Amino acid sequence: MVGKQTFPYSLTPPWKSPGGSIMAASARWNHVWVGSETGILKGVNLVRKQAVNFTEAAGRPSREEEVSALCWADAAESQILIGCANRTVKSFSTEEGKFLKSRCCPGGEGTFRGLAKHDGCLITCVESGILRVWPEDSSEHIKELSVGPSVCKMRQDPDRPHIVATGGKENSLKVWDLQGSSQEPIFRAKNVRNDWLNLRVPIWDQDIQFLPDSQKIVTCTGHHQVRVYDLASPQRRPVLEATYGEYPLMAMTLTPGGNSVVVGNTHGQLAEIDIRQGRLVCCLKGLAGSVRGLQCHPTQPILASCGLDRVLRVHRLREPRGLEHKVYLKSRLNCLLLSGRDNWEDEPQEPAPGPPEETETDELWASLEPVVSAAGAKRKQRAPEAQPGGKKRQSLGAQAPLPPLCK
Amino acid sequence: MARSGETGVGGEDRRGTKRKSLADAPREDSEDGAAGSGAPEQPRPAAFPPGFSISEIKNKQRRHFMFVRWKQQQRKEKLAAKKKLKKEREALGDKAPPKPVPKTIENQRVYDETIVDPNDEEVAYDEATDEFASHFNRQTSPKILITTSDRPRGRTVRFCEQLSTVIPNSHVYYRRGLALKRIIPQCISRDFTDLIVINEDRKIPNGLVLSHLPHGPTAHFRMSSVRLRKEIKRKGKEPTQHSPEVILNNFTTRLGHSIGRMFASLFPHDPQFIGRQVATFHNQRDYIFFRFHRYLFKSEKKVGIQELGPRFTLKLRSLQKGTFDSKYGEYEWVHKVCIRMSDTS
Repeated sequence: MVGKQTFPYSLTPPWKSPGGSIMAASARWNHVWVGSETGILKGVNLVRKQAVNFTEAAGRPSREEEVSALCWADAAESQILIGCANRTVKSFSTEEGKFLKSRCCPGGEGTFRGLAKHDGCLITCVESGILRVWPEDSSEHIKELSVGPSVCKMRQDPDRPHIVATGGKENSLKVWDLQGSSQEPIFRAKNVRNDWLNLRVPIWDQDIQFLPDSQKIVTCTGHHQVRVYDLASPQRRPVLEATYGEYPLMAMTLTPGGNSVVVGNTHGQLAEIDIRQGRLVCCLKGLAGSVRGLQCHPTQPILASCGLDRVLRVHRLREPRGLEHKVYLKSRLNCLLLSGRDNWEDEPQEPAPGPPEETETDELWASLEPVVSAAGAKRKQRAPEAQPGGKKRQSLGAQAPLPPLCK
Repeated sequence: MARSGETGVGGEDRRGTKRKSLADAPREDSEDGAAGSGAPEQPRPAAFPPGFSISEIKNKQRRHFMFVRWKQQQRKEKLAAKKKLKKEREALGDKAPPKPVPKTIENQRVYDETIVDPNDEEVAYDEATDEFASHFNRQTSPKILITTSDRPRGRTVRFCEQLSTVIPNSHVYYRRGLALKRIIPQCISRDFTDLIVINEDRKIPNGLVLSHLPHGPTAHFRMSSVRLRKEIKRKGKEPTQHSPEVILNNFTTRLGHSIGRMFASLFPHDPQFIGRQVATFHNQRDYIFFRFHRYLFKSEKKVGIQELGPRFTLKLRSLQKGTFDSKYGEYEWVHKVCIRMSDTS
């Protein structure tokens, strides 16, 4: 069935490819960015069925630079921030397809558990519970919060970027306001009541998500629970709790509707859970190992997942539900970013509008000539079509200068 | 008689497929007979209506007779076709089309994209820095602890003893009802590099947990067809203390590489060739067959082998990152039984 589909995904590292400019030009059209345990950033283009490795100038993988967190630096998705295990944060330009700069963010122990950008400042949180805010061009942090030991996740509220939430093992959910000067959280969750044997229920928040247009926060735990907290209500305990399976839930993401979440556990089971009633909606199949990264597209019912089985999978959540793409990426994958573009199925065929871009693409076609691969031949066929289409594109460009990118 | 009755009644699906060919088979036969001999010695059987099948004949003897005749007819046709084909090939000589490749389970297998390319820089780096790197860089030498599930019975105990003669520098310990999570820190403090736990069910060893220490990974195998040394025919004399060579066959995928490295790290770096002993892990269709042999070069071309035992078959059920933790551990690969989608990579 769907699992059998094989795609000619080519993993060509950029340092070996004939033309670096091709990679650079196509990097912005990649749909999924995946960070691996070997310190490689992988860009996957699902329409062209291409996966490209990006590393820093040396071009070699290194385990010290294991990617532990990824986030977009701006809403236009032109830059990615990469948190490495050796406590550096690199920025990668998707437009140029290369690393711009890296900065060291020391303090605390363990790897990055969360990375965010707010107001030109960089927010980092490490496993030992030190949350720091770093301004753009100074090496000193301006704010430091101690959020408690063994943090598993720090997440920024997409609606109010100055709000972050943290949680971890024996470290209950806390919500922090970075604008205020207080060292206390604005919300601190209370543990659930003792169980029927009157024993304390252990805490282990693995992932956190903010629900859009509400004060609600969803967490998933290592004890296979999904909990909903409501900041607006006086109750500090979860307002809803659901359980799934019997293995620790590792990652969670919100579905486009905002009515349900998708969770993944250590056995590679994915399930969609309705957070209005706490019901299981559906399960998604095909994964072989533990889930490390999950993300849904903001508008389309598309879910990307990666994990220890070294495979990036893209599932469709509805009509029809099932596996769409499966890309073997050679290293264990830690985290992923899904592009938020709306019409990501057809956009990459069309190079960016504007006359200077045109000349650039002409050069691109010219540089493609010597390549004798099937893909090159196909593109050459398309090249003459591109000229009449170019005018159309220009007019299109005048009408709408890249609106989908800003999504 | 019983057989003919069986074939006559047959399965529902078989009857459906047979129906078409049967309808005209006896008729053809009779025509051939008439044309060939010329003399109508036998009474012509009545032409059956189309769609008639032999299994509809109610007389058992008659049905059996008809069936046997139909079967002979089929065989004759098959042989004739074969003969014809052979003749054609001989007539064409060198220009004959190449013989079709027979379908086997092996060559019908879906291609696995995770098969490791030896020139792949990324996978090579990943392997060079994994948990077994210290063994392959000759920084550590293996020291193995073999234990069982609680209260092992005769066969499992003997199997452990024999396994410890196969793996050099291995120590068999009685489990004493201890939890694995308590054993592992003690093993690490005593510099054990691997832990093997044999599980048994009703006196038959049926599971094997192989855990690399101190940082994992842990593999869980299902074990079957255990043959102890005593049960092997034409076995050689007891194995010697020499460290054996290790052969790993068909561990080609990325997961296979991890498992193969795990097995390789059980044995010392330098085999003592004077012992002429070899331990083989042969992977075929995801089953791993273990054999232990002694070899002898009889001449420049001939090699004699002698099985020393024990032998067993393993099937991987899960590969877990880190040391044994079945509840909170992260699994790198879990065998999932999918009926419709037999793809668990």
